[in-house]
Amino acid sequence: MHGNEDQFLRGISGFLGSYFLCLAAMNAIAAFYCWKRLGKSNLSLLWLAFSGVFLIMAPFGYAGANGTPQLMKWIGVPETFRNFVDSQLANAVAYTLGTTITLIVLFVFRKFFVKPVIAWLMLNGALAFMGMSMIDPEFASIVGKPDNVPIVMMVFLLGFFTWLATYRAVQNDERKEQGLESLEAVDNEKILVWPDLVYTEMICMVALTAFLILWAIGLQAPLEEPGSLVKTPNPSKAPWYFLGLQEMLVYFDPWMAGVVLPSLVVAGLMAIPFLDFNKAGNGYYTINERKFAYLIFQFGFLELWVTLIILGTFLRGPNWNFFGPYEIWDVHKVEAQNNVDLSRMFWEGLLQRQMPMPSTEASTLSQLGTILVRESPGILLTIAYFVLTPPLLAMTLLKRFYVRMGLIRFMVMSNLLLFMVLLPIKMVLRWTITLKYIISIPEYFLNL
Amino acid sequence: MASLGEVIRNSQIWKSIFRHPMPVDRRNRIVVMLTNFFLHLHPVSIKKQGIALSYTWCMGGVTFFLFLVETVTGVLLMFYYRPTLEWAYTDILALRDVTSLGILREIHRWGAHAMVIAVWLHMYRVFLTGSYKPPREFNWVIGVVLLLLTLLLSFTGYLLPWDQLAIWAITVGSNMARATPFLGSEGPGAALLNVGGIDMITMGSDARYGLLAARFVGEETLNRFYILHCIAIPLVVALLLAIHFWRVRKDGGISGPL
Ligand code: HEM
Repeated sequence: MHGNEDQFLRGISGFLGSYFLCLAAMNAIAAFYCWKRLGKSNLSLLWLAFSGVFLIMAPFGYAGANGTPQLMKWIGVPETFRNFVDSQLANAVAYTLGTTITLIVLFVFRKFFVKPVIAWLMLNGALAFMGMSMIDPEFASIVGKPDNVPIVMMVFLLGFFTWLATYRAVQNDERKEQGLESLEAVDNEKILVWPDLVYTEMICMVALTAFLILWAIGLQAPLEEPGSLVKTPNPSKAPWYFLGLQEMLVYFDPWMAGVVLPSLVVAGLMAIPFLDFNKAGNGYYTINERKFAYLIFQFGFLELWVTLIILGTFLRGPNWNFFGPYEIWDVHKVEAQNNVDLSRMFWEGLLQRQMPMPSTEASTLSQLGTILVRESPGILLTIAYFVLTPPLLAMTLLKRFYVRMGLIRFMVMSNLLLFMVLLPIKMVLRWTITLKYIISIPEYFLNL
Repeated sequence: MASLGEVIRNSQIWKSIFRHPMPVDRRNRIVVMLTNFFLHLHPVSIKKQGIALSYTWCMGGVTFFLFLVETVTGVLLMFYYRPTLEWAYTDILALRDVTSLGILREIHRWGAHAMVIAVWLHMYRVFLTGSYKPPREFNWVIGVVLLLLTLLLSFTGYLLPWDQLAIWAITVGSNMARATPFLGSEGPGAALLNVGGIDMITMGSDARYGLLAARFVGEETLNRFYILHCIAIPLVVALLLAIHFWRVRKDGGISGPL
């Protein structure tokens, strides 16, 4: 009964043991650093304890190679937990809510979370959790897929750099409150590029080259069967950096998800310097001095771009169904899809009468008229959304912006923002009232 | 007795290449930055925080270095790889199983992933330090184009191994172009471009066709993507990089508090 599982466990055993050894070493170094450099012996003891725990876990990781693979499960996440995640949390709603709330909590309590001790604890937690999850074959296979390894790396890099930037921003913001200059302003003396910069670059290049070579030796690039247009793989996924767009296909038709919205992402990025009139925060890390710009960008980058890529890469399986991180990718999994167009809700639900349908015999013009009548609720809503919201914002919430930016710049910004929140709006409508399309004109491929 | 090093450094050949003494004192450390082609990209002196790793994360530099790695490994791979239906897949297979320096493919592929990640991180830090603010607005715009081209480089390269992963990723990706408003055969408004009862936008003439050079991902696509990947896009990227670096200097060097 344990045959397959044992084989799998034996396969990852060497890796897992070394993984926990690395974690132990990492914490040992931290302990040494805290003790020698910072002179904080109690912190040092804490990391030493962590190191000890990982050191004890390592032999369990190696157990498979020594013929006792079942021992490895002792350091894995318990099966009940895995089942709970797969059955209760494995859906787009929980995922989106969970990531959003996490990001909000991290932001609001940033002063707490950027403390090096807390950050180090979180890193340990994330790494340990990942290692302990690796004893699950499904988790291991999706995370360990060669093309997915870089994405795991990206998640950790993004976490690290977000911490670093926030750490500096929090420090700078506190300094400003006390009437001090930013850290960057303190460090303003001029130095020679040779040797300081040139040597740094040199070391970076050597380190990076070594890293790439090691990576190339350790992980073989994927090569599947020869390409054939007859055999469609399920799921067929775009390259990973486009998976956010592919995920949008759940909510939008390709003309929006694949063409209009990405074009607006590019246009919107280019527009940033011309829309952000705030002169503060140029050349140093700060959050308080540019909260609006900061929040919009983080919402777009971390929430709408990165989280969707992670979702599309790790959690979308056959037929683009949502699969838990420990769930088997079952091709036959069925997800109920009974989404309804707004027009149908309006005519058949609200007015209790038949939807006007264009008759094929009528002239093109009268067909078009019928379609417009049929879709009038959605069309009116959409027009109102784009035409009424900007002036409303200009009069209320964003009055300050309107005054500073002038009509044209304000309109550009508010329309870009409206397009940006179109995705979350559509998500929420899908989850709450199972809305399919706001406007549905399949006759002209125009569905929104 | 002069040491061997000194003999070499005093020889006419050495002096013809490096037009300055060793950069061991202040004067020559300045001279080296001015007379060496590769170093003259840099200023002579710089604000300390402008090179602090905790400020720039060195991510622009890492991206550039990865671009160079990709160029070198890419050129080497071009010696092995033939972009035809007959050979593309088997050439890659041979790189894995037969060719002695087949690891070049791994370096090239992981370097490409790393470059995408690095360019995002670079943009992230430029945003978080507010470095796009005046006078650096235009360099940010160039940066966005570079970001787009980096993604396109990676996308066009993805097809070349011609395995299942490759052709289906490109199929899924390019299917979106079919839905381009007005210009895609299944895009909204395409039906309006109809002259005398004849559709102008069909599967054989729409945006997706322009991308793939065919109705489906096929030999023509391979050729088109190969040229885009190996020649067209890198040339544009190289040009834009030159402007990007030039602007970093002309806009006053790495940003910092005013
Ligand atoms: C192929 C891609 C790119 C390369 C190789 C590259 C390279 C560089 C390098 C080497 C620097 C010097 C400072 C540093 O390392 O941070 C720099 C600065 C800069 N980059 Fe890029 N970059 C690229 C893409 C981008 C993108 C995507 C953006 C923004 C959307 C951008 C915007 C900027 C700006 C505004 C600066 C000036 C920053 C300052 O003065 O602090 N670049 N770039």
